[in-house]
Amino acid sequence: MGRYIVRRLLWLFVVIFFVSVITFVIGRALPGGPFSREKKLPPAVLKALEQKYNLDRPALLQYVDYMGDVFIPKIIVGEPSESLMEDHLINIPVAGYTFQWMNFGPSYKSQSRTVNDVFRENLPVSFQLGSYAFLVATAIGLPLGVVAALKQNSIVDYLAMAVAIFGVSVPVIVLGPLLIWLLALGTGLFAPTGWGSLRQEVLPSIALGMSSSAIIARLTRASLLQVIREDYIRTARAKGLQERVVVIRHALRNSLIPVVTVMGPIFAYLVTGTFVTETVFGIPGMGRYFVTSITNRDYPVIMGTILLLAVVIVIANLIVDLLYAWLDPRIRYS
Amino acid sequence: MAVKAEATPRVTSLAPRRSASLWADAWRRLLRNKAAMLGGVIIILTFGLAIFADNTVIALFTGEPVQPLLAPASYETQARSEHDAVPSWMTRLFPTMKPQGTEGGYVKINDQYILGADYLGRDLLSRIIFGTRVSLAVAIVGPLVALLLGVSVGLLAGYAGGRVDNILMRFVDVMYGFPDLLFIILLMALFRSTTSAAQEGTLRALLTGIDNAMGGMFFIFIGIGVTAWMSMSRLTRGQILSVKEKEFIEAARAIGVRDRRIILKHIFPNIVGPIVVAQTLYIPQYISTEAFLSFIGLGVQRPTPSWGSMIADGAAAIRTYPHEAIFPALALAIIMFAFNFLGDGLRDALDPRLKGTS
Repeated sequence: MGRYIVRRLLWLFVVIFFVSVITFVIGRALPGGPFSREKKLPPAVLKALEQKYNLDRPALLQYVDYMGDVFIPKIIVGEPSESLMEDHLINIPVAGYTFQWMNFGPSYKSQSRTVNDVFRENLPVSFQLGSYAFLVATAIGLPLGVVAALKQNSIVDYLAMAVAIFGVSVPVIVLGPLLIWLLALGTGLFAPTGWGSLRQEVLPSIALGMSSSAIIARLTRASLLQVIREDYIRTARAKGLQERVVVIRHALRNSLIPVVTVMGPIFAYLVTGTFVTETVFGIPGMGRYFVTSITNRDYPVIMGTILLLAVVIVIANLIVDLLYAWLDPRIRYS
Repeated sequence: MAVKAEATPRVTSLAPRRSASLWADAWRRLLRNKAAMLGGVIIILTFGLAIFADNTVIALFTGEPVQPLLAPASYETQARSEHDAVPSWMTRLFPTMKPQGTEGGYVKINDQYILGADYLGRDLLSRIIFGTRVSLAVAIVGPLVALLLGVSVGLLAGYAGGRVDNILMRFVDVMYGFPDLLFIILLMALFRSTTSAAQEGTLRALLTGIDNAMGGMFFIFIGIGVTAWMSMSRLTRGQILSVKEKEFIEAARAIGVRDRRIILKHIFPNIVGPIVVAQTLYIPQYISTEAFLSFIGLGVQRPTPSWGSMIADGAAAIRTYPHEAIFPALALAIIMFAFNFLGDGLRDALDPRLKGTS
């Protein structure tokens, strides 16, 4: 197990290396420097700016610099500086020193802000949205799958699977406008846009979580159907255990193990899904800012977001794999 | 799946007959599946809409000017004065809409527009009909690219084995680690940004030219293709590894059949079922990826209509003009349902575990 984790961590570095190289190369290949304006800047000013942001150095050095800024932790004496070039996402003060990590550099579009300023302002909202959507997905998906499996081939089963097909067939950009129309504009119970109050948060969470709930429901049903036919379930019934205990303690627990495997992809989906959900519902989160920064060609924000999300997703996948091994002692990675 | 018997009558004459009956069985099961058939019919009808939206096809042969055929108008026709106009029946469907003339009214009533007009005064129904072209093009080209790239990499890795297999699969692993959608977004940002900056005579200019001629679909195909082949190559490799060790392959090799022939005539027909099913089930994903890209403004170029960009336009004004987002959204939902139903039906029909159950 220990060796497996070490190998996976090494692999993590390989993936991040490739992701960062691809992101960086594409980022540099994008035409139009960060300071190209409608009105051309004087050459001297342009040169000074490029020098300030290290853009006059060879690309390879820039890459090493960028990666160093992002991934190599720094320890400085005293308080973190206010400089735009030295703005770290993670600052942990320890006895007069400050431990710093993840400096994504300044934003080119708004010169007074850094990419980390953007993250700090927008990421919490996206994180909330993602977590709520995950709650929705599990809260709808699990019971639906369990009920469908326990009452296989009944009306309940068919209804549950119809909901599941609906979930996978209707992406956020479809479900979002429909929910706004039917439930926000139609009934007035929910707010069509914004974030911060319960009225505003319910619909986006459902829109984002719905398709994942469908995946969870299908998988739970299939897995539970398989487990319920196992010998040890028959044994449990034979020794006179209550049906409730058999289902919850014996069947459900084991049937949930395969469901854990989809948590990685679902997490990745929710992370990227916020891009659309936030645009549809006008939520001031990272996703909407990202979409705007594509239009604005704010490359440091684009690259920073992709790099950060890629790292988060790769780590999430690793955690899911380890969780899987921990839940099912039969699985031994080597 | 007709396979001619040549050098090895015993082996080859067994394989084709089994696979032929498998496909016939599958077809019969598929025909009995009502949901899958409904999906199939919807898809065929949508193809009809896409092809005959205007008379492009006719114009190709006769040289007549291209005019709308099934669509009420061309997707570019704007009537500035008619922006956001709706037919009279729509104010009953959307009670929040207030026709001009009533108190606080803002909606123009014009019954010429069956589904209303968008913010530029373009007929929404026409744009939805033309929008089928983008979605269906993606539904065809997505699997094609995935099959071409993915299956050949998978075949190579699975059949060659050893170091080739190792290198190819590690590469796939790395690409797998990179979240699909982020990669596509990055690629599209690159493609889209070069549109204006391309120098004459370079490869970039050539590709951009092709893309412009296709209304921005070319780069979407590349974007989807680049990310779609990986899972396909894994699936193909896995299938091959399981078929490769079967006796009939060994028999073929023993009598000196060449590698190329073994792959194409003996291995491929045996793994084609799961591959087809997987690709059919991936189609809704390709369609929604395109819609997603167009939604965030990296997909097809204006004025080419895509349901994704139409929903984005509509979502911006959903309080006042909900129809501009709702109808393209419904169109997208219907085609996604259709492909999902067909894919599910195909899987059930071809899944050998279900064989003989009904």
